[in-house]
Amino acid sequence: MTIGKDHHPMPAVNAADIAPTAYAWEIRATGLKVGVGRKHLAVDGLDLSLGTGVHGLLGPNGAGKTTLIRALATVLRPAGGTLELLGEPVGRMGEYRALRRRIGYLPQEFGYYKRFTVREFVEYMAWLKEVPKADIPAAVQRAVERVGLADRADDKMKALSGGMVRRVGIAQAIVNDPSILLLDEPTAGLDPAQRLRFRELLQELGTDTCVVVSTHLVEDVAAACTNVVLFAEGRLVFQGPPDELASVGGPEHVGDSPLERGYSALLLGPERGRRTEHGRRTEHGRGTW
Amino acid sequence: MSVEHVSMRIIDGYARGDTDIAADEVWALEAHMEMCGVCRDRLSAAVTAGAPAVTALVDTVWSGLEPQLAAVAPVPRRRHWSAWLSGWLTPTMVPWLAMVMSVTLLALLLDLVGNGSDEVSLVLLLAPVLPVLGVAASWSRGLDPAYELTAAAPRAGLYLVLRRTASVLAVVLPALLVGGWATGVMVAQWLLPCLAFASTTLALGGVIGVTRAAVVLVAGWAALVVAPTLVTNRTTFVLHTGGLPMWGLIFALGIGVVITRRGTYSVLGAHR
Repeated sequence: MTIGKDHHPMPAVNAADIAPTAYAWEIRATGLKVGVGRKHLAVDGLDLSLGTGVHGLLGPNGAGKTTLIRALATVLRPAGGTLELLGEPVGRMGEYRALRRRIGYLPQEFGYYKRFTVREFVEYMAWLKEVPKADIPAAVQRAVERVGLADRADDKMKALSGGMVRRVGIAQAIVNDPSILLLDEPTAGLDPAQRLRFRELLQELGTDTCVVVSTHLVEDVAAACTNVVLFAEGRLVFQGPPDELASVGGPEHVGDSPLERGYSALLLGPERGRRTEHGRRTEHGRGTW
Repeated sequence: MSVEHVSMRIIDGYARGDTDIAADEVWALEAHMEMCGVCRDRLSAAVTAGAPAVTALVDTVWSGLEPQLAAVAPVPRRRHWSAWLSGWLTPTMVPWLAMVMSVTLLALLLDLVGNGSDEVSLVLLLAPVLPVLGVAASWSRGLDPAYELTAAAPRAGLYLVLRRTASVLAVVLPALLVGGWATGVMVAQWLLPCLAFASTTLALGGVIGVTRAAVVLVAGWAALVVAPTLVTNRTTFVLHTGGLPMWGLIFALGIGVVITRRGTYSVLGAHR
């Protein structure tokens, strides 16, 4: 039967929700080069394939982690090699609006507007991310609740502590339900309890999202990551599960935990080259992690 | 368009909790209910009429919830005006615009006070560079703390740059219009240089960063036009009506460059 006119019917399940993905890896880089300034290449010939899960990007300061994350966020463009995000190649020019709608990004220096409330700021970011207007209030509420700031949502940003500001940063990154989530040093300024909660959130997000977390804290990686990407001087040193990284280190290496010993074995040890080869083999083997 | 709605038979059965409705019918009904207000109304009417047990249950839940709901603080009134404004301007830009406005007013005052003593119009001299400052403020690293977040957003790029530029011009142009009218300068004489400078800032900004471009242009204007004019006390050729075609050409060129290089505004480089 038919009762007059009604608004345009929408299927309960969106076609886009059940469409198969047309790519094997959320992030795929081959021979990627990204420059900083005129001459210096901060990422120099990187081969990397990342799928769904939580990937810990580890490396010493100045290894090029931030530059890599910026390139993945498409705010820096590759100087050479190829980069594919969600199956779409990222070149030197172009705006990549459709791609960016599916990326969440928390930069290392998270700047915000002090006079905005938490809700206003996340709403503003949702607007910048082209979340449909009707969905914004619900998406903002969900994001704010996920980072545990629902009770402070209507407080001004300038009244928040450093750890809370960081959590607002995470909320704005996940407000558009991204398929690729890039977090640059997200645990800086979080106290131990918040850090635990954050790791839980990471694991939750990692079930259906490709999360890349850059950090220099090895224990963050051990607790929350399904995959470690060790990065030094713009090149991949190791890629594999945390256990494998731990197994590289022996008692003769520097460090308090197996992971730290593995880390120092790869970055400082003499067999660095050999492990690089191994790391790459695992990557091409697909599915060992 | 007209939509097939759920039949009363299924709605009544669903309200009573009948188990003899086929599974695919239940599925279709629930999917339809999610998006159809008319049928939800009919279902609730059917529940009130045919299923007193459900109504009683709902009433009990409500009476339990209501005291709790009353205790929750209401959500503070949303500042719609400020949300709307931040779609057009960087939230930190207001002081800059205020500065630009006061410079315009100052120039106008000086012009009016010194009227007759010389033929140089300060409004005319400053008009081209005033919007440049606003444009720089709308896309600058130093003035926008969230510049990196903005640059990474899908809305970043030419669209947002033009949106913010338009809002800067919307504030600056009326002020100049009043100034030009009060000092008796022809509209095209200041409007074209004004637009030409704004478009050149953006075009150059795509290459060296908007802030740097603004600094270069303002410094160049001050050295090549403002200083000689003030020294010789004569309006230079470029601001006479004879210079208008040239300004038009620069404006068009700037717009052309901005459009062909629109991809550059969505990377960090444009924020320098």
